[in-house]
Amino acid sequence: MLGLNRNDFLMLLFVFVLVAAAPIFLNPFPEGSTFAQFNAGYPDLMQRFLIFGIFAIGFNILFGLTGYLSFGHAAFLGAGSYAGVWMLKLLTINVIPAIVVSTIVAGVFSLMIGYISLRRSGIYFSILTLAFAQMSFALAASVLTPITGGETGLQTTLSDPRILDGAAAGTGNIPAPSLFGLEMGHSWKVAVGDWLWTFNVGYYLCAFVLMIVFYISIRIFRSPFGMMLKAIKSNNERLSYTGISPRPYTLAAFVISGMYAGLAGGLMVSMDPLAGAERMQWTASGEVVLMTILGGVGTVVGPVLGAGIIKYFENIFSKINDGLLEQWFAFMPDGLADFMVTIVHPFVGKGWHLSLGLMFMLVVIFLPGGLVGGVTGLFRRLFRRRSH
Amino acid sequence: MTVALEVKGVNKRFGGLQALNDVNLLVDEGRIHAIIGPNGAGKSTLLNCFVGKLKPDSGTVLFNGQNLIGRLPHQINQAGVSRVFQTPEIFSDLTVLENVMIPALAHRDGIFELNALRPLRRETDIRTKAVDVLEDLGMEDKLDMTAASMSRGDKRRLEMAMGLVQEPKLLLLDEPTAGMSRADTNNTIDVLKHIGDSRGITMIIIEHDMHVVFSLADKISVLAQGTVIAEDIPQNIKGNPKVQEAYLGGAH
Repeated sequence: MLGLNRNDFLMLLFVFVLVAAAPIFLNPFPEGSTFAQFNAGYPDLMQRFLIFGIFAIGFNILFGLTGYLSFGHAAFLGAGSYAGVWMLKLLTINVIPAIVVSTIVAGVFSLMIGYISLRRSGIYFSILTLAFAQMSFALAASVLTPITGGETGLQTTLSDPRILDGAAAGTGNIPAPSLFGLEMGHSWKVAVGDWLWTFNVGYYLCAFVLMIVFYISIRIFRSPFGMMLKAIKSNNERLSYTGISPRPYTLAAFVISGMYAGLAGGLMVSMDPLAGAERMQWTASGEVVLMTILGGVGTVVGPVLGAGIIKYFENIFSKINDGLLEQWFAFMPDGLADFMVTIVHPFVGKGWHLSLGLMFMLVVIFLPGGLVGGVTGLFRRLFRRRSH
Repeated sequence: MTVALEVKGVNKRFGGLQALNDVNLLVDEGRIHAIIGPNGAGKSTLLNCFVGKLKPDSGTVLFNGQNLIGRLPHQINQAGVSRVFQTPEIFSDLTVLENVMIPALAHRDGIFELNALRPLRRETDIRTKAVDVLEDLGMEDKLDMTAASMSRGDKRRLEMAMGLVQEPKLLLLDEPTAGMSRADTNNTIDVLKHIGDSRGITMIIIEHDMHVVFSLADKISVLAQGTVIAEDIPQNIKGNPKVQEAYLGGAH
């Protein structure tokens, strides 16, 4: 179905159900309960799950298939963000031009950077991409201030011309990004018993886009083009003695993944019309590498999972403070409760990086195929044992 | 008799070592030409000059009249020259079938094709072609195995399949039977003979195994210390005193 084999189609269906029902199962705890802190079903965070999922899916097309490790992909996300905000400022508050143009701008930008960086491979390629991204970051924060808004960032204002739907100056308030009048921030709240579910317009736009680009990525993985990319990772030199020129293949993969990053940037500003230079910084480039490795390099669904886990840690674990810990351990005797709080304290709140780091180390050491690789390996072993 | 490959005055020096010294070679179309010689005679260096891996210091290599020197490996392959490597150079992470489909796709589509959305399993022609070649080499039961997990002999046969599937005009074989069992060696000889006869592919074969050389070659060139010391039909090579000296008399 849809040009996919049975397993791929089932996986697509699985991701569809997951994404469509996320507002429900990401809020497993009733409002106001002890563990409501772990609920992730609020629009802002859910949008980020999907946007970074798209970013990581694209990154995986380059890194997972060809093995070329780019350390500068945040530059394309940043370029896409700026392009998107400019569309919202100049053209219309409708998000569609913003999303389309940000993808195209990132594509052109990645064509230029990729053309130069791909003259080298291995660590030199990584360093070149890192250098370009840091250069973009520094330029965006300083000399390019007229285009990027410098350190304060770029955002929509009252004085924007917006040639398609008229300036907002007359009405006195800055319009919110919308899809043909339907505002991205609009939500429907549904209360079932003590549970509260939020269905957000922006989230479902992101979900729609993610499903399309996830489908495209599966098609790329299963195409002759995708096979050539895997061959580049496996034995680049042999490929040229086979009559294939590896360079256009790696460049095409680089541009496709750059466009995915730009698309993620475009969606980001469609949800919140603000773009800052820090989005291009090397930490942002490193984050997508972590997401991809954590979920499973070269697996189709791994990057989405990795993106979700890292964003969950960043937003949920970081909010657990000592007050909450004391509340949770209140049922224990005083001394023991204090002891538990002291033990858990470094791993949560501001220490969330420690938990994430430990988890990352465990995955890299014990599950070299990432979480998805580990789970499929486990299933294969169980299945084999049963069939004997 | 048409000449498929003409090598004229090829020289290659590595530091103080003259690896190839004014090498001249005429390879007839549709024939199997063997290059033999003691270790370090420059056989592999010569082959590397044909496929663009090395650039000779001087000289020309004309393939059907066009010079191959200075062209990139993929351009030379697209001109119809395929190489079977001495140490298996395969795509270890891919399956056996994929390893053979890649050169077949390269042969059909050229150096680059942005077919990113076409499902691979719709490429039935390419698949059939790859399976046919693998069947010829007795590997039809290993299609879905990962290439890395195969025995050394099987990797050699896979190498051969990758070369043959491209239906090249000129096939360069660098010790194709090294590491194979006697039975596999004989099978390989049969396959190469069959292909040489039925498709008229010109072949250059480097080989240490004299059984293979004398079973296949229409003509033999003997290389010693970077120089061609003899070029003749197999019957005359055996009795050539220069050849016997190079092999037995310690040319070093």
